[in-house]
Amino acid sequence: MSSFLSASIGKKFIMSVSGLFLVLFLAVHLVVNLLLIFDDSGELYNVAANFMSTNPLIRTIEPVLGLGFLVHILWSFILEYNNWKARPVKYNKKNKSATSSWASRNMLVLGGIILVFLVIHIINFYWIIRFNPHEMNSITIGGEHMEDSYTLVADLFKHSLVYNIFYILSAILLGFHLSHGFWSAFHTLGWNNENWMNRLQIIGKVYAVIIAVGFSVIPLYFFIKF
Amino acid sequence: MADKILKKLNIKVWRQNNAADKGRFETYTIDNISGGSSFLEMLDILNNKLILEDKDPIAFDHDCREGICGTCSLFINGRAHGPDEDITTCQLHMRKFKEGETITIEPWRAASFPVIKDLVVDRTAFEKILQAGGFISVRTGGVPDANSIPIPYEDVEESMDAASCIGCGACVAACKNSSAMLFVAAKVSHLGKLPQGRVEAKQRARSMVSKMDELGFGGCTNTRACEVECPKNISITHIARLNREYLTARLSE
Amino acid sequence: MSILDSKIPQGPLAEKWSRHKTAIKVVSPANKRKLEIIVVGTGLGGASAAASLAELGYNVKAFCYQDSPRRAHSIAAQGGINAAKNYQNDNDSVYRLFIDTIKGGDYRSREGNVYRLAEVSNNIIDQCVAQGVPFGREYGGLLANRSFGGALVSRTFYARGQTGQQLLLGAYHALNRQIAAGSIEMYTRHEMLDVVIIDGKARGIITRDLVSGKIKRFGAHAVVVASGGYGNVFFLSTNAMGSNGSAAWQCYKKGAWFSNPCFVQIHPTCIPVHGDQQSKLTLMSESLRNDGRVWVPKDKAVAEKLRKGEIGPGDISEEERDFYLERRYPSYGNLVPRDVASRAAKERCDAGYGVNAEGKAVYLDFKYSIERLGKNVIEARYGNLFQMYEKITDVDPYKEPMMIYPAIHYSMGGTWVDYNLMTTIPGLYSIGEANFSDHGANRLGASALMQGLADGYFVLPYTIGDYLASEIMVPKTDTKAPEFEAAEKAVTQRIEKLFNIKGTKPVDYFYKKLGQIMWDYVGMSRNAEGLTKAIKLIKEVREEFWKDVKITGEPNNLNPELEKAGRVADFFDIGELMARDALDRNESCGGHFRDESVTDDGEAKRDDENFTYVSCWEWKGEGLEPALHKEELVFENVKLTQRSYK
Repeated sequence: MSSFLSASIGKKFIMSVSGLFLVLFLAVHLVVNLLLIFDDSGELYNVAANFMSTNPLIRTIEPVLGLGFLVHILWSFILEYNNWKARPVKYNKKNKSATSSWASRNMLVLGGIILVFLVIHIINFYWIIRFNPHEMNSITIGGEHMEDSYTLVADLFKHSLVYNIFYILSAILLGFHLSHGFWSAFHTLGWNNENWMNRLQIIGKVYAVIIAVGFSVIPLYFFIKF
Repeated sequence: MADKILKKLNIKVWRQNNAADKGRFETYTIDNISGGSSFLEMLDILNNKLILEDKDPIAFDHDCREGICGTCSLFINGRAHGPDEDITTCQLHMRKFKEGETITIEPWRAASFPVIKDLVVDRTAFEKILQAGGFISVRTGGVPDANSIPIPYEDVEESMDAASCIGCGACVAACKNSSAMLFVAAKVSHLGKLPQGRVEAKQRARSMVSKMDELGFGGCTNTRACEVECPKNISITHIARLNREYLTARLSE
Repeated sequence: MSILDSKIPQGPLAEKWSRHKTAIKVVSPANKRKLEIIVVGTGLGGASAAASLAELGYNVKAFCYQDSPRRAHSIAAQGGINAAKNYQNDNDSVYRLFIDTIKGGDYRSREGNVYRLAEVSNNIIDQCVAQGVPFGREYGGLLANRSFGGALVSRTFYARGQTGQQLLLGAYHALNRQIAAGSIEMYTRHEMLDVVIIDGKARGIITRDLVSGKIKRFGAHAVVVASGGYGNVFFLSTNAMGSNGSAAWQCYKKGAWFSNPCFVQIHPTCIPVHGDQQSKLTLMSESLRNDGRVWVPKDKAVAEKLRKGEIGPGDISEEERDFYLERRYPSYGNLVPRDVASRAAKERCDAGYGVNAEGKAVYLDFKYSIERLGKNVIEARYGNLFQMYEKITDVDPYKEPMMIYPAIHYSMGGTWVDYNLMTTIPGLYSIGEANFSDHGANRLGASALMQGLADGYFVLPYTIGDYLASEIMVPKTDTKAPEFEAAEKAVTQRIEKLFNIKGTKPVDYFYKKLGQIMWDYVGMSRNAEGLTKAIKLIKEVREEFWKDVKITGEPNNLNPELEKAGRVADFFDIGELMARDALDRNESCGGHFRDESVTDDGEAKRDDENFTYVSCWEWKGEGLEPALHKEELVFENVKLTQRSYK
């Protein structure tokens, strides 16, 4: 098994599985976040956020998610290093755009920027909600006492233009990352052929657009409306 | 109908006397090349000019000059086999270039394809990959009648698509990772799509991939540059099959 | 003349090979392990022989000048491979394949050899399928066949337009398997420069490592030369740039006789020469003539306008077109054999009806088939060929007719071998295109692949045992022997000599001159006067070459110019021998056409009374005239008739 994990396809397998896991996470995350804009009272969102942070099943999956991120990031560096080593002398003149898409060539760059975003994102929201470095407002919905995550998120979006731009930019780059990553993951797992190539690419692109637009809509909504 | 004449061209070419030499670019000019001449004929003419100037001609690999032997291997103006689709370097013609243009010629670049001299690289790594399992283990004689196993038409066609690989190495040269996955996948598909080749299919995928890794080729990141530059238009869906074969082989261990 | 014993077994034709197999000696497995065999060349013949011999247990060393065995020029064969499987139920049989091949060769090959070839043809297909060759199939999953020239049955197996490639990959896979098993040592980028003879037997070779320039010695109990043909003597041909006759020529100079050198095949459908910068010619598959019509203008003045580019083919009306093949050969029309079609094209162009700027091309027009069958059908049949044509010429053959012209394609002549494929030097074998054996004066389409694989898979592995059985007590060849010393010295001296000329002209200058002489006087039609002139001219160019050639670079490094110089130096000698042989053979047969030997209506006329023999040339030394020996051809089973395609 260890030789499998060190084989090139083994490493790619890990990237694919972790990537698809994160794809799934993004879908859940987006659904929860969209509640922000469907209920200005914040009730729906707060209930969902509370559910996510208290449900035992979700709580068990949380470290797995962390691991998913960690593995996806670490392995990307290992792979990229190996790939970089495979061509010690670079070409003098390149015409890469003739043969491949920009996103497919720049997955590490895209991933890197997303990683920076991720760190800031965690500091801004997750860290505060999860570990309460300073006391958050609390609120009671349906008799249950919970933290007011809605206000935390909404406030940031309402007031920081810079943060919003960064957020939207990251969502778009994430879309690019997914436009290649989605079908590519299936391909690496062996699920592809002449018929599925187009299908997977279309599904991947649609998914990428949904994620990019979906996440971008939220800060826009708050910034424009309030 | 008559081919246009390119009155002047600048040829910027990688010169490296041997594997140990550091190498450098040199630029030569060449006059009156017919647009109907092939790229390699242009190099022939340049070489004869260099000989008359007491210089060492540029070494480049070539043989059949009709796009099937897979020997020719030049990276021209940033692209494996130059600026045209579905061709090898020897099928590239000078009409694809402009008057006065500077044409940059480089060897395939990959750790696994060391330069031997100038534009000639050592592709022994491909040999080693195929020797690791790119065959069906039958000996001469003692085989059943050719028609004893019917093979579905579509399967043979797909096998043939993959089998048309000429082993030129353009996939490796074009890939940003110098990955040999398309080359390996083509062989795995060629043999794996035939009942005769199924017997050893898993073992074949396993040993060829492990040899490929050992030889220092990069991994596949599905950029698809290989299939664009492949002179035989081999699809990366064969790579999906290789992944499938390999994963089922390894995960069932 | 015991040296010319062809060793054709006695008995009925159909039993010769099986009787012979039971009569010849076999080497035990334990002894095979002690024996070494050198195989030079890794095309269909060489690769299949090396793999099969290694499987038997011999220690094999294989050599090729390419960077991989897979790149040998067998790979370029397009059309297919013949076999007498009779899968089409069209009354094919081993005997019918035998008759077609011997008749196609214009009765200048041995009955026994050709019958054996037809006999093992079926095993080849079985073998290739087992190796994973993806031959074309029908929807029911069984093998498909196509028709080819010179046969009335459909017996050609094919893998799209890449049959040679797929067959070679099959043999190459088998070779790789043995390399991995350690039973073959593979030497790529090595060129054989001499064969070493000790006590009258072939004992090894001298090679040049093309990367380091090192001259190396290799010893063995037997040497197999599978180095292909010498078509490149013409400078422009469909052969690969590196294809050469040097290995065979060194064998000749060491005492192996050379047969029928004048028999070369000229393929009618090649892309014509453009200008003077061309390095090689590209073949367009013979199959194109199934749906294309060949024509030139009827009027010379119209042809003149075409050559000047004032008008295009579309400007010429139906009535102004001369479909000369249909006119001259009403029953076969555009499907006459290769040699006939080639000569007819040359005749029209020489008479001033050529259609390209150089006046050396005729039209192959698909307009009529496209009208009749639709563009889709034509595209499905020839799409890849049309694309290839357009890449090279920038002309769309769906809209304008193709321009084609004959080109040198294959050499039927080669090293003389007996029924065991052994040359006149004991222990030295020659297989595939390198030998002279099976195609007579003209090779049928789809037969070259068949012969290469027959020799390598199913003939040599048996027959070589007959010789090696008496060599089992012979120890490993000592490469320090004085014979190796001398051979290496001669090779080194020749390289030094070439380098030290330090003349003023590159190799190509002389090579092109030689090619022009060959094409003009030893090409599609020959006569005594021209051939005598050719011999004189070749001598002159050779002399000039050895005085004035200029080679730069270093001898101890990769140096393609040096490689080429050595090969061209041998081409002068081969070209001269070809002219000599053509001069001796004052008859027209197959690919060899003598202006002196024609029927009243201008067709080729064979002279069975005087020329039913294989010419065998013996080297007598540098500057001396070679000696001609004759192997009379005996026909016990077929009746010799004049070919007619009217």
